[in-house]
Amino acid sequence: MERYYQKDIECASREQIRAWQDERLVKQVRNVWDNVPYYRKKMEDKGLTPEDIKGVDDLHKLPFVTKADLREAYPYGLVARPLKDCVRIQSTSGTTGKRVVAFYTQHDIDLWEDCCARAIMAAGGTNEDVCQVSYGYGLFTGGPGLNGGSHKVGCLTIPTSSGNTERQIMFIRDLNATILCCTPSYAAYLAESMKEMGLTPDQIPLKAGIFGAEAWSQEMRRNIEETLGIKAYDIYGLTELSGPGVAFECSAQSGMHINEDHFIAEIIDPETGEVLPEGSKGELVFTSITKEAFPLLRYRTRDICILKHEDCSCGRTHIKMSKPMGRSDDMLIIKGVNVFPSQIETVLMGQSFAPNYQIIVDRVNNTDTMEVLVEMTPEMFSDQLSQVAEKEKQVVAALKAMLGIYAKVRLVAPKSIQRSEGKAVRVIDKRKI
Amino acid sequence: MTIQQISVFLENRAGQLAEITAILADKQINMRALHIAETSDYGVLRMIVDQPQQAAALLLEHGFIVSMTPVVAVVVPDEPGGLGRILSLLAKESVDVEYVYSVFGQVNGQACMIFRVADAVGLANLLQANGMPPARGEALGVH
Repeated sequence: MERYYQKDIECASREQIRAWQDERLVKQVRNVWDNVPYYRKKMEDKGLTPEDIKGVDDLHKLPFVTKADLREAYPYGLVARPLKDCVRIQSTSGTTGKRVVAFYTQHDIDLWEDCCARAIMAAGGTNEDVCQVSYGYGLFTGGPGLNGGSHKVGCLTIPTSSGNTERQIMFIRDLNATILCCTPSYAAYLAESMKEMGLTPDQIPLKAGIFGAEAWSQEMRRNIEETLGIKAYDIYGLTELSGPGVAFECSAQSGMHINEDHFIAEIIDPETGEVLPEGSKGELVFTSITKEAFPLLRYRTRDICILKHEDCSCGRTHIKMSKPMGRSDDMLIIKGVNVFPSQIETVLMGQSFAPNYQIIVDRVNNTDTMEVLVEMTPEMFSDQLSQVAEKEKQVVAALKAMLGIYAKVRLVAPKSIQRSEGKAVRVIDKRKI
Repeated sequence: MTIQQISVFLENRAGQLAEITAILADKQINMRALHIAETSDYGVLRMIVDQPQQAAALLLEHGFIVSMTPVVAVVVPDEPGGLGRILSLLAKESVDVEYVYSVFGQVNGQACMIFRVADAVGLANLLQANGMPPARGEALGVH
């Protein structure tokens, strides 16, 4: 039976959702015009006033906000409420540049936790469940977001945060955790560790996992599901918009429902900025229409995906986004070809490698080179070098078929690629450009 | 009449082989023969040890990738042309040898070679029938 946290909202009619969006967008535009000089200037530069935005149909007129804007406006430039009304900040990891700091009022935190609660209930969670949150707690939004959602659902919450794998497994077993929340790469590591301890899926109490904050393939999902004996649900979010829970997967596992009562989604051509028709692949853009402290209009996520309205078997009416095919800032351009780490993961897992790999990009004599490090598996190993070489050739051929370019495969010893407790480091780019 | 060979995946990095020999030495496991085949990135270590089951379990426990393969040990007269007789027989019978290497020291004063073929039992029978009985494990100190 499908469970909902806020059924009236999650299953509202399309007309109702549209009405909420029209009304809230107009209000939000007025809010930023009045309270954020940075936005007002951006609108004025385009010759816009709040009166020009009468509803979602006018959204395309507004200027985009990019990560560069967020960095330029750091720390207070985009805050729309007096600091006395703000109760928290969260921050991005800063791995791709300067940190971004997002502000929250108590109301913002409430709505964010509602979104996470919807995700947990969509994964089958109830107040009977024990929910272990193994996302990092602190500046990272993963831990605090799911922690709040878990409380709202009424789950017994185990706030382990990330790391200390032995203790994670101890709590899962001793307290019979039924729901696990963490990054997919950490879920894979926990699964690998439990398998090595000789635990079979029926000895692991978990029944569902909510995994997000990084790209992961369907093959990786199946691997985690089989090893832990669970159903694995995707969750999507950005610190800039609130955190996890902007969109979440339901029992259909065919795309994530975007919480459209809080966020308006668009797909644009990343080159021209033009809005693309539904079903097109392009860059995902969000407008947060209920955020008080840190509202963003037309924020470019850099995530490449597809949006689709469809009747979902779960009964929810909110639009679905596909699993991001990669972030445009994760995208590697190798010999002029666009390569997403997730494509490489799909190939490797299709060849029954463990989800541990690393991509090393370099430039030798002005030519890009790509090397993929994968851990040797017992299935692939043979005492005959020619047989190992043959299997290695198959991997190279499969990568070439997927990517269109040659990638060298280097077989390394098991466990030699560092395991991640949060977001995995998949790419090492040594090119000096 | 076959002997269990242990093969281990070796990443080409300093200290890998030393690590393996230390693990075995620690449990008093003695190596009787050793051979490495390698590419520029990795290698396969093949060895005959006195306690194959224990050695394989120990290496698995330490996270190595290990496989076991039956091979045939053949005592070769320690004189010119000694190996030639065996190889001629294999050629005549169209037995493909995947690889071959020698045992440390001598067995009963004679040289000993390890043969890896697709059908180890078949080769053992062939040698037996042709008056060149393969060496038993005990002759190599394999338990």
